[in-house]
Amino acid sequence: MLRYVFRRLLTAIPTLFVIVTMAFFLIRVAPGGPFNQERGLSPEIKANLEAQFGLSDPLWLQYVHYLGNLLRGNFGPSYNMPDFTVTELFAKGLPISVQLGASALLLALLIGSMLGTVAALNQNKLGDYTVIALATAGSTIPTFVIAPVIQLLFGLTWKLLPIGGWGDGAFINKVGPVLTLALPQIAIVARLMRGSMIESLRSHHIRTARALGLSDWSVVVKHALRGAILPIVSFTGPAAAALLTGSVIVETIFSIPGVGRYFVDAALNRDYTLVMGTVVVIALFTIVFNLIVDVMYAVVDPRVRYD
Amino acid sequence: MAASETILSVKDLRVRFRTLDGAVEAVKGINIHVKSGETVAVVGESGSGKSQTMMAAMSLLASNGEASGSVDYRGRNLLTLSKSELNKVRGRKISMIFQEPMTSLDPLYSIGNQLIEPIRRHRGLNAAEAREEALKLLRLVHIPDPERRMKSYPHEMSGGQRQRVMIAMALANDPDILIADEPTTALDVTIQAQILMLLAELQRKLGMAIVFITHDLGIVRRFADRVYVMRYGEVVEEGEAEAIFANPQHAYTKMLLAAEPTGTKAPPPPNAPVLLEGRNVEVTFKIGGGFLAGEPLLLHAVDRISIRLKRNQTIGIVGESGSGKSTLGRALLRLLPSDGVIRLGDRDISSADRQAMRPLRRELQLVFQDPFGSLSPRMTVGQVITEGLLVHEPALSGKQRDQRAVEALREVGLDPNARNRYPHEFSGGQRQRIAIARAMILKPKVVVLDEPTSALDRSVQKQIVELLRKLQADHELSYLFISHDLAVVRAMADYIIVMKQGKIVEEGPTEAIFSDPQAAYTQTLMAAAIDVTRFRLSA
Repeated sequence: MLRYVFRRLLTAIPTLFVIVTMAFFLIRVAPGGPFNQERGLSPEIKANLEAQFGLSDPLWLQYVHYLGNLLRGNFGPSYNMPDFTVTELFAKGLPISVQLGASALLLALLIGSMLGTVAALNQNKLGDYTVIALATAGSTIPTFVIAPVIQLLFGLTWKLLPIGGWGDGAFINKVGPVLTLALPQIAIVARLMRGSMIESLRSHHIRTARALGLSDWSVVVKHALRGAILPIVSFTGPAAAALLTGSVIVETIFSIPGVGRYFVDAALNRDYTLVMGTVVVIALFTIVFNLIVDVMYAVVDPRVRYD
Repeated sequence: MAASETILSVKDLRVRFRTLDGAVEAVKGINIHVKSGETVAVVGESGSGKSQTMMAAMSLLASNGEASGSVDYRGRNLLTLSKSELNKVRGRKISMIFQEPMTSLDPLYSIGNQLIEPIRRHRGLNAAEAREEALKLLRLVHIPDPERRMKSYPHEMSGGQRQRVMIAMALANDPDILIADEPTTALDVTIQAQILMLLAELQRKLGMAIVFITHDLGIVRRFADRVYVMRYGEVVEEGEAEAIFANPQHAYTKMLLAAEPTGTKAPPPPNAPVLLEGRNVEVTFKIGGGFLAGEPLLLHAVDRISIRLKRNQTIGIVGESGSGKSTLGRALLRLLPSDGVIRLGDRDISSADRQAMRPLRRELQLVFQDPFGSLSPRMTVGQVITEGLLVHEPALSGKQRDQRAVEALREVGLDPNARNRYPHEFSGGQRQRIAIARAMILKPKVVVLDEPTSALDRSVQKQIVELLRKLQADHELSYLFISHDLAVVRAMADYIIVMKQGKIVEEGPTEAIFSDPQAAYTQTLMAAAIDVTRFRLSA
């Protein structure tokens, strides 16, 4: 198993390299540059700025420089927020996005699995239809609708939650964004869980467990649930990578200083270093979470062996 | 044995399933009783309701099923017990083993864990005591090295061993009745015999009654005291096993008894030309290996086998699962890369590529075991069977192809109108006829039949065997008949090759192999398959 993890981490290096290379050249293929939008910038000043950041060097040299810096853990300065390095921006924003994302993910896994299990146990009965209806609604209503509705009801009408802001991480400030992030995920997990639980409940070893007179609790939780959890485990990898790296919509609507906004802002402003930093962070999260998922698989299912 | 009392009595049991097409009645008011310590067989073909009867008794019906009538176990109706009361009977007084040893154990828990659970639940022992009991049970069912096996997971054990574990779990709480639902059907013949002997031994030791649900009359003959014959959800005949075998009353029972394949195949004349020949055919699979994962493991699925198939000959290739018999068949058809020499007539096809093989394919046809999976569900039967003509006789007009489809369907005994319908509308036996028609329409010389009758009921099997015989006689076909079913092979083949672990263990004319097997392995196979000594000991 250790050997497998080691091998996977080794193969992550070329993967990252390819991603970094593609992102580096793609963002530079896009027309314009980091200093194009500022009005009234005289050509001399612009040239000066570009020279200062090494943007007037030939492209291959910029690439070599960037790779060299990246290997030393240096993501470079942000072009649009010149007082900060990319590393500083992430150090500030990432913990916030990770907190919100992780809470939303946990909530989604817990509630989603429970709803899915309830639905599976009551297949084609009222409980099942209720869960399916809620899940369908949850996965079709977009976040940019859910978020303002939460603000309107809980913030304005009932005055239970603040309308937005981070409030230095006060619990009450997190409720809205976490709910908004979690609702669609709850819907997805519930549907996944329902399907795999129904399949699991139909399997032969569940029939064996029933024939042996085991209690419902043991049949459902010990035998059926553990088998049904595998699709949820697979789902959690990419979902975690996506949730933990922040959401543009949620962070914008709730005025949360996370990293979700960076990707869009940086891309629009051609803030090359910030774009690259975001790409590397998302890629790392994706690789690491997929690895965790594969290791979890082997933990849950003894048939899965890596060597 | 003490005067036996009736411990289980099923009265006017009906089982209904709600389906999209309305209610389907699977069991239509049957009466069955079981006395203590006796062995009762419930016999029938697929769809007879024999399994659903016992599933209903154990409240294990699928969620759309419902049972009415009564199932009395020692004075209590199991159908009306509360779930917690029922769970004091299930697994304790009445337990059950199933047809699917590969999937009936939970893959995620160790054998020990799964054995200990019902012991603790029903007897309230602590973990250490239950563990001791579990070890005792594994010894009882002859699992070697039980200490180590407690920690094993189901996937680390063979089908036979898993079935032994299932039996151990079922017997954990010393039940009154063991219901065995086709417990050996999915196993190889030699393993089948071992499991049956184990059940007989355990019955002698522990004295429980056994209810055997089976389609296999051989098992019934060797095992049962009394027999119920079921068809279409009804019991058509019941009685003492010996009486039923000696003097069956109902037409259906007579038909079942007559359905054992019979007859023999005469060998082709000595000067018949060799159509397909393999010399030192070898197929090797690589397992594992790759980046940082070390050397791959080499598996010799077919290990230097030579075979000569003459015109109008049937060679039976016999062996248990994993023996390489199917792989050999595919290698000879050049569907798998292999080493060695393969000749079709006077052409060497050992190194022919796909392109070169294509025109030769019409002479070499293949019929698979699975009549459900081998026909495309989205094509009409006519499209399925004429597809090969598009490749091999592209000059034919649509009308001519249709005419050929009509002829092929008539030849395999199906109504030609079948060509406008879809495969799912046909039964297993009819689908196998369609698969045979698909091969025959190309007028092949050699047909590889890979377990063509194994998925079918005995009575249908017999019809397919007769069809294959007739086609062979009409067209001087050569068959390579791959099967684990010795009774069918004996009726079909004039020459037999016995395979084990990729090698030929023994070969020779059919009657010689059956009457005087030389290799120890062949002898075991024969004993397991055709010996009729009774090992029933309960009477």
